[in-house]
Amino acid sequence: MHKRTFVRTLAQAGAAAAALCAGGIAFAQGTPFKIGLILPMTGQQATTGRQIEAAAKLWMAQNGDTVAGRKVELIIKDDTTLPDVTRRLAQELVVNEKVDVLAGMGITPSALAAGPIATQSKTPLVVMAAATSIITEASPYIVRTSFTLPQVSVSIADWAPKNGIKSVVTLVSDYGPGIDAEKYFSERLILDGGKVLDKLRVPLRNPDFAPFLQKVRDLKPDALFVFVPSGAGAAVMKQFGERGMDKAGIRLIGTGDVTDDDQLNDMGDVALGVVTSHHYSAAHPSAANKKFVEAFQKANKNMRPNFMAVGGYDGMRVIYEALKKTGGKGGGDALLAGMKGQIFESPRGPVYIDAQTRDIVQNVYLRKVERKDGQLWNVEFDVIKDVKDPGKSK
Amino acid sequence: MLTILFDGIAYGMLLFILAVGLAVTMGLMNFINLAHGAFAMVGGYITVLLMQRAGVPFIVCLPIAFVGTALLGAIAERTLYRPLYRRPHLDQVLFSIGLVLMSVAAVDYFVGSTQQILQLPDWLKGRTEIGEGAWTLGMGHYRLFIIAVCALVTVLLQWVLSRTRFGSRLRASVDDQRVAAGMGINVNVVFLSTFAVGSGLAGLGGALGSEVLGLDPTFPLKYMIYFLIVVAVGGTSSITGPLLAALLLGIADVAGKYYIPKMGAFIVYTLMIAILLWRPQGLFVRQGGKA
Repeated sequence: MHKRTFVRTLAQAGAAAAALCAGGIAFAQGTPFKIGLILPMTGQQATTGRQIEAAAKLWMAQNGDTVAGRKVELIIKDDTTLPDVTRRLAQELVVNEKVDVLAGMGITPSALAAGPIATQSKTPLVVMAAATSIITEASPYIVRTSFTLPQVSVSIADWAPKNGIKSVVTLVSDYGPGIDAEKYFSERLILDGGKVLDKLRVPLRNPDFAPFLQKVRDLKPDALFVFVPSGAGAAVMKQFGERGMDKAGIRLIGTGDVTDDDQLNDMGDVALGVVTSHHYSAAHPSAANKKFVEAFQKANKNMRPNFMAVGGYDGMRVIYEALKKTGGKGGGDALLAGMKGQIFESPRGPVYIDAQTRDIVQNVYLRKVERKDGQLWNVEFDVIKDVKDPGKSK
Repeated sequence: MLTILFDGIAYGMLLFILAVGLAVTMGLMNFINLAHGAFAMVGGYITVLLMQRAGVPFIVCLPIAFVGTALLGAIAERTLYRPLYRRPHLDQVLFSIGLVLMSVAAVDYFVGSTQQILQLPDWLKGRTEIGEGAWTLGMGHYRLFIIAVCALVTVLLQWVLSRTRFGSRLRASVDDQRVAAGMGINVNVVFLSTFAVGSGLAGLGGALGSEVLGLDPTFPLKYMIYFLIVVAVGGTSSITGPLLAALLLGIADVAGKYYIPKMGAFIVYTLMIAILLWRPQGLFVRQGGKA
């Protein structure tokens, strides 16, 4: 290249850089605080995305979009329930949009895919939906506001032998949370004197429950323990009823994902009497929850919030509180420090973000499906307080 | 074990109804129509929406789904498909994939992406058990219904193909399109009506299958591979070929998932690979048919 062109280009680049820096410094205080919310809005877990989006928007409607003098901007991206897309979107959000916080993560593979991006860019990642224990270990910048399967599975394993259930077959979806549920439920049940007759795993995509349920029918256990991701519960329930399993004396127990509030009312009478353990029921009798459910239904055409929505709602609270603690300045490490150790009252009950593990500590409730005012609800009848994730407790 | 056989037969018959339209149009028009699953999805959604929003009874929805999808198929054939008959297969594949993606997005936009839950009428919800112990035959009433409807449709199809003039025109056009046109057969009308009926059958299959297979906007993409396997294994030159292929695959799938749950879904693919290695044209193809 000619020396003159070279010098000219260098000068132009230098001028541009100087202008940017000057502009950058001037804008630092006024730049909006960006939250990059990556959710499955289409694809298999689209109901999760819908619920969390509605909850996040509800939070911002109730609490405004300005925190400590800084405007908060919510950027929602659809990862179509594919972890490769999640990773790409996380990268784009961090590099192009320069988000201050990443959030969402509809399924475990998505959270694990985005983890390295959070670590490399020192951006806190608030996991609002995914539920496998190891997620918080995938990156030191991950904070979870959803739940973990081990947390909710051991509670029902303790309840079962005290209520006439000695032999169980487990049926789970074959991915992270499912395997966690199977492991912790079986171990606790065997510890309490029960027997696990068989452990069946159904593929995550395109699950066809009929042959597996037929196998359960032939094994004749006292109960069938089920874990399937949010949204697949209805299919299991229908097949359960169609095979006449309730009439054959097999009870259905599981984690609350199978009686997901989002679908519960449409499942019909076959769901009555099903006992599950979970961290949130839309029928939780606290004032905070009543307000939350009412506001949610009003803003979303009577759609009932489920545990995914509560994870999103609390995730937004964690982000807002952390931003307040840094006085509006933000910054990856400062925000992370602000998120750890938060204690607050969530619509689900009291919640604590453990400072060591960055995971959520919450109450786990035992609930039974009952009909109230013409609708089906998960009515809580027992509670185990402040359950730490057994998958990690050292 | 008998129950598994029964479930497999029900699943196979359902697959047959869904795939027969594809087999016939592929054999007849030599057109790779990957959007066939979209017609099935349309039939399913017509049924679900009519039942949920207008309270139409399930049994009435079935013929409506058939007719509605057939009409849609006829319109699509006349406007979208006909200009592409002469084009190379790759263009047809690209076109039909585009059509599938559009239909998936359209349904997602208008209806939403939740799994649609169908409430069957009470007389279809029961279960009958015959026999004892290892030889128990448990028959869900809905699966019995599926088998009955599909058997009826199969018999009707076979009758139309072999005993009516339209059937012989169709068979002539499949064998050799140019000679058939030369003999005065209006090939365009044959194509139009065959495509319409094929799509209508897919719609009926989608309506019947919503309960068993689940219904959401990604239905065409999820199940397209099964229809293609039925057509590849069964061949496109008759309807008994796809029927037997579908039954074989249905039983293999259900039995595989029951006896070897770890390999579960892979059984079908293994079987397909084995069969195609043995007979590349499909199991039931007449030798010497036009390629």
